[in-house]
Amino acid sequence: MANHAGTVGFGEFARERLLLGQSLGRYLRSLVTPFNVIAVLILSVGVPIAVRRFTMGLEATTNLTNNAPWGLWIGFDVLCGVALAAGGFVMASAVHLFGLTDYRPLLRPAILTGFLGYFFVVVGLCFDLGRPWRLPYPMFVSYGVTSVMFLVGWHVALYLTVQFLEFCPAVFEWLRWRRMWRWACYITVGATVFGVILSTLHQSALGALFLLAPGKVHPLWYTPFIPVLFFVSAVGAGMSMIIVESMLSHRIFSDQVAGHDREHADRLIVGLGRGAAVVLMTYFGLKWVALAHGRHWDLLLTPYGAWWMVEVFGFVLVPCLLFVWAWRIGNANLTRFAAVLAVLGIVLNRLNVSLITFRWNQPDRYVPSWMEVAITISIVTAGLLTFRWIVNRMPVLHDDPEFPPEHGEPG
Amino acid sequence: MSVQHQSRSPTPGTTSRRDFVKLTSSALAAGVLGGAARPAHAQPLLHTVSDDWNGVLVDLSVCVGCRKCEWACRKANGFGDGEPIDAYEDTSVFGQTRRTEADRFTVVNRFFPDDAGGGPVYAKKQCMHCFEPACASACLVGAFRKTPEGPVLYDSSVCIGCRYCMMACPFGVPAYTYDNALAPEVRKCTMCFERITKEGKRPACVEMCPVEALTFGKRSELVGIARQKMADHPGRYVDHIYGEHEAGGTCWLYISPVPFDQVGFRTDVGTTPYPELTKGFLSAVPMVLVMWPALLMGAYAFTEHRKRLSGAGDGAPSAPDQSEEAGHG
Repeated sequence: MANHAGTVGFGEFARERLLLGQSLGRYLRSLVTPFNVIAVLILSVGVPIAVRRFTMGLEATTNLTNNAPWGLWIGFDVLCGVALAAGGFVMASAVHLFGLTDYRPLLRPAILTGFLGYFFVVVGLCFDLGRPWRLPYPMFVSYGVTSVMFLVGWHVALYLTVQFLEFCPAVFEWLRWRRMWRWACYITVGATVFGVILSTLHQSALGALFLLAPGKVHPLWYTPFIPVLFFVSAVGAGMSMIIVESMLSHRIFSDQVAGHDREHADRLIVGLGRGAAVVLMTYFGLKWVALAHGRHWDLLLTPYGAWWMVEVFGFVLVPCLLFVWAWRIGNANLTRFAAVLAVLGIVLNRLNVSLITFRWNQPDRYVPSWMEVAITISIVTAGLLTFRWIVNRMPVLHDDPEFPPEHGEPG
Repeated sequence: MSVQHQSRSPTPGTTSRRDFVKLTSSALAAGVLGGAARPAHAQPLLHTVSDDWNGVLVDLSVCVGCRKCEWACRKANGFGDGEPIDAYEDTSVFGQTRRTEADRFTVVNRFFPDDAGGGPVYAKKQCMHCFEPACASACLVGAFRKTPEGPVLYDSSVCIGCRYCMMACPFGVPAYTYDNALAPEVRKCTMCFERITKEGKRPACVEMCPVEALTFGKRSELVGIARQKMADHPGRYVDHIYGEHEAGGTCWLYISPVPFDQVGFRTDVGTTPYPELTKGFLSAVPMVLVMWPALLMGAYAFTEHRKRLSGAGDGAPSAPDQSEEAGHG
């Protein structure tokens, strides 16, 4: 495929495309930044713990017990990771299927966030699984077709592939592989449709996992509606995460967005926030429908009821109303603040279901070990570093002038 | 017939959705909407007791808390090599309520229930060997199976270690060897599968029990034995056979002199077999798979059509975006 690069040899490719047009020495010197120093410090703690995890086992690194078989790595790395990565399929369907082409500038960052989000979900999962090298077993060796987890496994694997395909145009633009690029663009609509199906099913399936734990998940959070709640909240979380991600990107990659019209970008953000408000309002309503369905009104007066209302009012309704308000007054910063709140709200919800209220009526409570926290922080750090490495090289935040914006179908 | 499974309190929502799906699919299959009443054969076979299933009846009014079953269990499963049985006379372990562990498939706990006149009641805990096991329905590689003989067995050779079985088990039974880095596995009571199927013996704990608190037999007959005990000793037991309907029915049964919630049993597990809890969701999956592509491609076609009508889509593929964005910028 290298011949597609045409006149460019590998040496030049490496210099231009990998080292950002600098000599190796200069490139390495440019890496010494405060952010990188902190990242290296974090990873220098995380990597030895990772070694410890895979050589000495889960007991040597986690506070997991027979009563608390799922901890931070499932509750945060997997459940929150998947929900927050939902922006990829939301934006792809908005732009490619529903014709909201205004939002195209946010599409590639969203797909990259989604792809890396899922990738590092799988990384986190590998830390948690007892025998991660058997990860392909449900696909190729032994099939537990009655299991919701079987569906989750298949769909996350397939969706990871789909997201990679969806991101391929950017990779091929970077590599200057024109023919492959055309093929990658050609399948966009199909990949998007497939991605939406897979996302619908596994986002809700992650909630459905907990259907088998009645009496363990607190009744205010345990409901037959939990698959719908997980799906709808993931859509809201994904949209909010795109806003948060673009906020960070505009600070970190200010050079890459230098040519962008700031006002136009702000209008997009406010518009996306309005969309998120609709989703959050739906979610807010569904939370009450689920409560009414379970007839748990009396539990609202318990401490856990107060905690439920903190989640539902403080982290769903408040960001929802802030989104609307920000749209009315046209304030993108307020939209960004609301998005941060909404993202925290989804994290809170996933942790409530899987950890905080789990076995609420039992004396022994799970609290993650410092090593579990360190691994989680390390994985997030690795995700940020990968995101930055790609954004600095591939056309994500800006268009490549040599390639017309892909149109979702062959030209 | 007492062994027949009946009177399951439906889980709201799940059941109605399942019924809806069943109703819809059978209606489609029959082609007649009116004749789509839920047929009897739609009930999975396992809802009724198989005559081949073995089980154990535990009589809590007899158990003296000697913990010799624990010793025998560990010995039979190859743990605590040469452990002296005298060590089990130590009653300090009763200081806290224990659960099953990776090297201890049964534990006896001591309770002082309000209704027992101050005396202790001991309760043995181990895998209940459900008719429709939550662990089996949870496992994504099918590592658990309900054997025709009754025991629920686990196969570590396919287990990936997700521990969803432990999340799902309503009785908190499966344990994990967290200390093993290279080949960790789930462990639990097998009802001494080899002993009862190949060697013709009773489970080790049953054989060991010095006071015959444990009765090994066919599950279909154990309910009758329990009822007979209740009839022979009026006032000795509460009128509840734990496991007869719990979680859809289990092969192990308990009778007790006090209400079960006073001796460490979960009384909120309901009578719905656990696999039913996710069946509604799983049957909605094919619906999404079939309907979503149509809906989404419809949306796409609509969008394209609108674009063509507006006349902007006829030029170069990139034209509409640029014009729209230019309009906004």
